[in-house]
Amino acid sequence: MNDRTKSALLQPKFNESGIEVKPLYTAADVAASGGMEMVGEPGQYPFTRGIHREMYRKQPWTMRQYAGFGNPADTNQRFKYLIANGQTGLNVAFDLPTQIGLDSDDPLAEGEIGRVGMSIDTLRDFEIAFDGIDLKKITVSLTINGAAAILIAMYLAMAEKRGYDIKELRGTAQNDILKEFIGRGTWIFPVEPSIRLVGDTIEYCAMHAPKYSPVSVCGYHIRESGATPAQEMAYAFCIAKAYADDAIRRGLPVDEFAGRLSYNFNIFGNIFEQVCKFRAGRGLWAKIMKEQYGAEKPGSMWLRMIAGGGGGGLTFEQPELNIVRGAYYALISALSGTQTMALCSYDEAYTIPTEYSARISLRTMQLLIEEMGLTETVDPLAGSFYVETMTNEMRHKMEEIMAETDAQGGIVKMVSEGSIQAKVSAQAYQMQRKIDSGAFPKVGVNCYRNEQEEDHPVEFHDYNEEDARVQIQGLQRIRAERDNAKVSGALIRLRGDAASGRNVMPALVEAVKAYASVGEMTKELVNVFGRYREPIRF
Amino acid sequence: MTASQRRIKILLGKPGLDGHDQGAKVVARAMMDAGFEVIYTGLRQTPEQIARIALEEDVDVISLSSMAGSHLPFCRKLKPLLEASGLNDKLWVIGGNLPAQDHDALRELGFKGIFPSGSKLDAICDYIRKEVK
Repeated sequence: MNDRTKSALLQPKFNESGIEVKPLYTAADVAASGGMEMVGEPGQYPFTRGIHREMYRKQPWTMRQYAGFGNPADTNQRFKYLIANGQTGLNVAFDLPTQIGLDSDDPLAEGEIGRVGMSIDTLRDFEIAFDGIDLKKITVSLTINGAAAILIAMYLAMAEKRGYDIKELRGTAQNDILKEFIGRGTWIFPVEPSIRLVGDTIEYCAMHAPKYSPVSVCGYHIRESGATPAQEMAYAFCIAKAYADDAIRRGLPVDEFAGRLSYNFNIFGNIFEQVCKFRAGRGLWAKIMKEQYGAEKPGSMWLRMIAGGGGGGLTFEQPELNIVRGAYYALISALSGTQTMALCSYDEAYTIPTEYSARISLRTMQLLIEEMGLTETVDPLAGSFYVETMTNEMRHKMEEIMAETDAQGGIVKMVSEGSIQAKVSAQAYQMQRKIDSGAFPKVGVNCYRNEQEEDHPVEFHDYNEEDARVQIQGLQRIRAERDNAKVSGALIRLRGDAASGRNVMPALVEAVKAYASVGEMTKELVNVFGRYREPIRF
Repeated sequence: MTASQRRIKILLGKPGLDGHDQGAKVVARAMMDAGFEVIYTGLRQTPEQIARIALEEDVDVISLSSMAGSHLPFCRKLKPLLEASGLNDKLWVIGGNLPAQDHDALRELGFKGIFPSGSKLDAICDYIRKEVK
């Protein structure tokens, strides 16, 4: 051992969440960190070990790769390809105009139609995108936030039109607008009416589509914006509480909606910190729902989640190493007891994944299920002195961050002022400095670089200008063919309901069924709510 | 007063509809730490807005952060607007998710400094300091 490694051993080590990691853990550490009180049994309160007793024995995690590009017809083909290859759920990517409520023929949409996801203008597009896909067998997750109320209405209308019973329909919308203000940025309306719209979807689904999950609260993008793993989960809980508080103010009993709240978390980083984050989070969320909200149904206390992605850990350099990183991230996700998994593909730092790279991600997850024994036993890391200590310490850390957030006026106020944004972006900057200097090692980036960077083995996704023209023509055809008096009537009702404070979902469903466009409905809501103005703070 | 006698003033814009601003904000902080004056536009800027702010603020550098692939169509629209505002002599820089195959086209559009993902913060700041005289 040389002097350098010797002295490095003596340095205290901290994980990204700021918790010291010791070279050895014993039973004494578990006891000092709070003991085994919060561990319990899988399938029982406080659910630290998992929300189901048999976990993956009963059913392995759902595999749900993020996909969508070009026209609905292109995306329909990719969906069918993924399903044919064994994918068990869909996770829909929308293009930016759709995400921020612009029609394809809006001048601001030029150059962006179908680029980072599929383009949706009207119900007709949804009919094409999901044609031939059995919505009972394949659950669909819509990655949509600013325009979520509109797209949820559209999805429900499409399913109903195809003869599905909405009361039995399962599926998820991301619909977490508060995190969009922190990272990802597809906001439309100011903060307060944005939260109200989330509340409208929760209330509407609780009454009309009780098996549909209207919100998936995302720590994921907060982490990508620079949050630590403990902050990722703590801020997500603060956000979920803001939505729950809105639902309760409307008079909804907690057990009528809490069971349909779900989560989306990130998986890159230190394996043990990540696994302990999920175990800690499950216990903490159960405790919050039971003690602070008086939930009685176990389902209301479950931290149901997709644990996946890992984009922030992938590198532009030596992209083939991202296949290896992805496999470790999938391992983290499996050890964490997630319900759903998705992986960023190795070329995703560059481009929309090709069929080939998306299939590698899918096969990585299938390989874990079939070959590695990860589905046989629930929460296999439980009882490890290290894992139980770190789980306790991560939970304490999250509680500390949530208390700090409340002391500073709460998450809604901090997001409105831009102070959370400034905080995580300052952390992202510090991290980038550490990567630039080599203090935070990234293989292929600041150590083990190739002498000569090879030509990257990445095939770029071609952006097709023709797709945009076809999409705009389709929209214009719908506008010419639909009953425009019916559309106008529905839009007037929408504006009235938005202004009077009534739940806008029934009006949106009516407008969607009349083939009103995403842009037309968004405009009505903007007329009432106004537009968000981004606070720029450093 | 010439640029060398005053703080270098930089417009950092987020063009188009993309909301991925983590990189832009990190670069903005690096520029501030390097002693530059930075005007960060926030999200969803049109070419017209960027040209107008650059002119009004009399910046030395016009920089863009693009992550979602629409850099070429955007820069094609921005170039004539910057030229019409007499901003040809300013330093035009772009960073973000910029595939190598697009770099020549960006250079032809007047973007002299190209910093794809993976560029070091100091490399960006050093380049600006060297180029703005």
